[in-house]
Amino acid sequence: MTRIVVVGNGMAGARLVGEIRARDRHVGLTVFGAEESQPYNRVLLSNVVAGTMPPEQVRLLDPAWYADHSVTALPGVEVTAVDRENRAVLTATGRREPYDVLVLATGSEAVVPPVPGADRAVTFRTMDDCRRILRAAGAARHAVVIGGGLLGVEAARGLAGRGLPVTLLHLAGHLMDRQLDAEAGLVLGQTLGGLGVRTRTGVVVEEILDGGVRLAGDETVEADLVVLACGVRPVTGLAREAGLEVARGIVVDDEMRTDDPSIFAIGECAEHRGRVYGLVAPAWEQATVVADIVTGADKAARYRGSRLVTRLKARSVELAAMGETHLTEDDAEVVRFSHRAAGTYRKLVIRDGRLVGVILLGETSAVGNLTQLFDRGGPLPGDRAGLLFPGPQGNAVAESPVRMPDAAKVCQCNDVTKGQIRACWESGARDVAAVAAATRATTGCGGCRDAVEGIVGWLCEQEGVSA
Amino acid sequence: MKPPESTIGSMPVSLPPQTPVKGGTATHCPYCALQCGMNVAVDETVTITPRHDVPANAGGLCQKGWTAGELLTGERLTVPLLHGEEVGWDEALGFVADRIRAVQAEHGLDGVAVFGGGGLTNEKAYQLGKFARVVLRTSQIDYNGRFCMSSAAAATNRAFGMDRGLPFPITDLARADAVLIAGGNVAETMPPFVRHLTAMRAAGGRLIVIDPRATATVRQADLHLQPTPGTDLALALGLLHIVVAEGDVDEDYVAARTSGFDAVRTSVASWWPERVERITGVPVARMRAAVAILVGASRAAILTGRGAEQHAKGTDTISAFVNLALALGLPGREGSGYGCVTGQGNGQGGREHGQKADQLPGYRRIDDPAARAHVAAVWGVDPGDLPGPGRSAYELLDALGTGGGPRALLLFGSNPLVSAPRAGHVAERLGSLDLLVVSDLVLSETAAMADVVLPTTQWAEESGTMTNLEGRVLLRRQAVAPPSGVRSDLEILRGLATRLRGTSGAEGFPTDPREVFDELRRASSGGIADYAGITYERIAAETGVFWPCPAEDHPGTPRPFLDGFATPDGRARFVPVEHRPPEEEVDPEYPLHLTTGRVLAHYQSGAQTRRIATLNRVAPEAFVELHPDLAEHLGVASGEMLRVVSRRGATEAPARVNPAIRQDTVFMPFHWPGVNLLTNPALDPVSRMPEFKVCAVRVERAG
Repeated sequence: MTRIVVVGNGMAGARLVGEIRARDRHVGLTVFGAEESQPYNRVLLSNVVAGTMPPEQVRLLDPAWYADHSVTALPGVEVTAVDRENRAVLTATGRREPYDVLVLATGSEAVVPPVPGADRAVTFRTMDDCRRILRAAGAARHAVVIGGGLLGVEAARGLAGRGLPVTLLHLAGHLMDRQLDAEAGLVLGQTLGGLGVRTRTGVVVEEILDGGVRLAGDETVEADLVVLACGVRPVTGLAREAGLEVARGIVVDDEMRTDDPSIFAIGECAEHRGRVYGLVAPAWEQATVVADIVTGADKAARYRGSRLVTRLKARSVELAAMGETHLTEDDAEVVRFSHRAAGTYRKLVIRDGRLVGVILLGETSAVGNLTQLFDRGGPLPGDRAGLLFPGPQGNAVAESPVRMPDAAKVCQCNDVTKGQIRACWESGARDVAAVAAATRATTGCGGCRDAVEGIVGWLCEQEGVSA
Repeated sequence: MKPPESTIGSMPVSLPPQTPVKGGTATHCPYCALQCGMNVAVDETVTITPRHDVPANAGGLCQKGWTAGELLTGERLTVPLLHGEEVGWDEALGFVADRIRAVQAEHGLDGVAVFGGGGLTNEKAYQLGKFARVVLRTSQIDYNGRFCMSSAAAATNRAFGMDRGLPFPITDLARADAVLIAGGNVAETMPPFVRHLTAMRAAGGRLIVIDPRATATVRQADLHLQPTPGTDLALALGLLHIVVAEGDVDEDYVAARTSGFDAVRTSVASWWPERVERITGVPVARMRAAVAILVGASRAAILTGRGAEQHAKGTDTISAFVNLALALGLPGREGSGYGCVTGQGNGQGGREHGQKADQLPGYRRIDDPAARAHVAAVWGVDPGDLPGPGRSAYELLDALGTGGGPRALLLFGSNPLVSAPRAGHVAERLGSLDLLVVSDLVLSETAAMADVVLPTTQWAEESGTMTNLEGRVLLRRQAVAPPSGVRSDLEILRGLATRLRGTSGAEGFPTDPREVFDELRRASSGGIADYAGITYERIAAETGVFWPCPAEDHPGTPRPFLDGFATPDGRARFVPVEHRPPEEEVDPEYPLHLTTGRVLAHYQSGAQTRRIATLNRVAPEAFVELHPDLAEHLGVASGEMLRVVSRRGATEAPARVNPAIRQDTVFMPFHWPGVNLLTNPALDPVSRMPEFKVCAVRVERAG
């Protein structure tokens, strides 16, 4: 029987195990996890920090799942080496686990900036980090979040939501500079300001002190809780020591296979066509491909790269960013709307008639349609503004019955026009009951009752005027 | 002042709707599952007025109901046809019996199949199932209800242990604070239904509608979620995720009245709203708004229609909505609940009494030995002689005339040539039969290709019971004698039983509906859908009786889940489900979703309503609804002929440009031959429901 060993039980590894079992109930399956806890949904950690979800509600699998599905799960057991020659992994506890197929899903780790006092800060990456942040937040009076990327913004918003004053420090000139252009970053900072997050951009942190953070220029920001959200780096040590090809991540082909045909890598530790993805959607797509290949469900499955859609998960901040948001009019067609006072910014980037980049900040009713146009590359309407401002759907409602043309249908259920109601009135009908008796208007769903009343009333009024 | 004149046109109407007709017969509409109460008065003309004593319509009627009298005065069949020639009944039935015997001799008992309909009365549906099992002794029987409510039925059976469309009176809706309708367009399909929603909204309640189109129902809604076709399941998971994430689960209810929530809670953790947004195209903010409305309601109902159900994952989709309802603590609480909005006139009763491949009367399972023993005793046969489960509707049609499939088909009250998916293939299969017999009142498209057509009675010409969308058993009363030469289905079945089994064999096939109903009561006694205590007299006196009603002194059960669910432990079961894409996704060759549905003026395959002048004037033909952006891309305007092509076929219809539909989707109504040439017969693994509501097409200018 084939033995599959998965190293890593995070978003990618846990997903892969589930996908494999969904395809093959018998293949031998062992999964090692660096963390002691059951696999959890990292995407939802911002909710844990914000206090909207308790930690036990973000798990990916029930504790009983492994036994029910004959999967050997070894949480908290560190894999220290891969013996490629004999096809086995070795653990810190001295366990030797043979494999026919090995999948590395070791993920990434938080970057801790090399500044003095960094150990006084808490990273924001794991469930344990969340627990530490929550413990500290209880007693803290002022928090600082270092790093204004996606995670930093979510952490800052979450802490502010707990009533804690938060200062968000960011090295670059504007927030979420990887996903947003400068104007969007500005509007985002302003929106966060209204929610209790003070933003400082273009600042360099020099030292983390006991009660604050010292910036270049000798300014100190007061803080008794400092959270680090300075990005992540792929965890590739195991692969590197095993002699696999590693660039920024573990290099894989379209099958997610490393240069050793028995070893695959997926998720944030993998580098595919020069890209290392930091979002969950690509990791799950990769897990599907590997599950298809290693179980034989679809040996032709291939991963071709992902289009990235970033959605900020922060209460009262609607933000979506996708694709090449930094392009300007020099390289592409750009449609832009900015209304800082309302916290609204919308930008479309179009190339060769296709939507290749989007920023939506503030009200995002267009987000569903734009995401799908971006994902599928569908044709765009000539009226670009309509994409940014989706109009009312369907027939205009609440048209005044008085101004309707005679041909307008008033009662859909019984197909009665305003003209027919007028004719009926001219024949003597003076109330809704009489109109209903003659035309059946109002007798179906009853929704046109007000309209019929309005028309009859208006006709009666006109009669009074002309008499 | 002269009295107002009618402006309606050809349909003769002599009295205003508020005045009940003297001498009119109090019965119900021939069409949908709302079964609006109507009085039918017949002298020189037919006059229809709404009844005010039937809660479902409370004095309302739609165009279809108002004009139903034309069914009695218009063109219809009155003489049996044998290969297109008019013949006497004796010759027609004799031919059918001879051919059945020949097919059975050559191909065995399963060589003969039966296909029923959700419009048949309980008595006919029951008798048809009995005829198949006792006279023909075939396992090959199913019905068009498989194309309607089967996914919701499967999901509610596994959650509640019982499938009763609305497990509460429809009037409960008017007292709700919130109603969510997933994939239902009641403002067109059953307009008087909207009266209950209007009353709810007038009292401050709010309506949420999930539909890929901004339909007439959506225009009455407070909130519209407009998903990509085929993604309702993901949307339901996303809504439940938000309920869990916001701490809004009714934990006391979940602990006291349900089982299995832990697995569902864990599984929906993977369906965070931003992920769901990308799949469904529904903005996160709208999902949150929907949840806020539902959570803030002290009474709320979640309803589903065919839009969510007619998918190859329809059962799981409905389970997801049921899970949502359970997490909010709705089912089995007075004034709240989950319900399926049944479509066909007797779609509820028709699925309870044995015309389904796997079922015996009383919603019993045909593979349950106790059920077989009970029903066999009522029928006076050996349980061992009853056949086992047969093929589901599409599988049955697909097998016709093939090596292992039936060679003869008796079809009652259905028009699969128009209504079945991949209809071109179905036409081929029907064409390959040795014998096709159709019982109908008009020469439907399917009847037109039959070897034998038997003219049968219709609604106002017959008596019987119908069970409406609430599970309320109603009385259909005869208002007019059928035209000379027309026979009821009960007479047809007796005639065939006599010819196939002799006079003694026909004893179990009476022609008086009341006699059949009394036997149905005994056969259903002790089953889930227990009609034992229901009599024609009680229905008349009480304006309907809710099943289950096990004894004549039992009041009936308007809300069956108040004290417990029909599961062994009395708890509702959460069922973890996962989203999956449609069976056929869009691609560069077929880049658009096609979805199908109804228009107000027509019913089902249109066999009846397309023959009514007033309705034809309002809605004379099929059309292709498409978004202005798509129309611009294709360079077409409203009225221009379009050709819509799928992997299974093509059809043409004029364009109707409308911003009410998504840019990536086209809609066609299914009341005319055409669109079902395109639809995908991929089946739900549990309910065997075909995927009517989404397939991939391309659209081009015709010509």
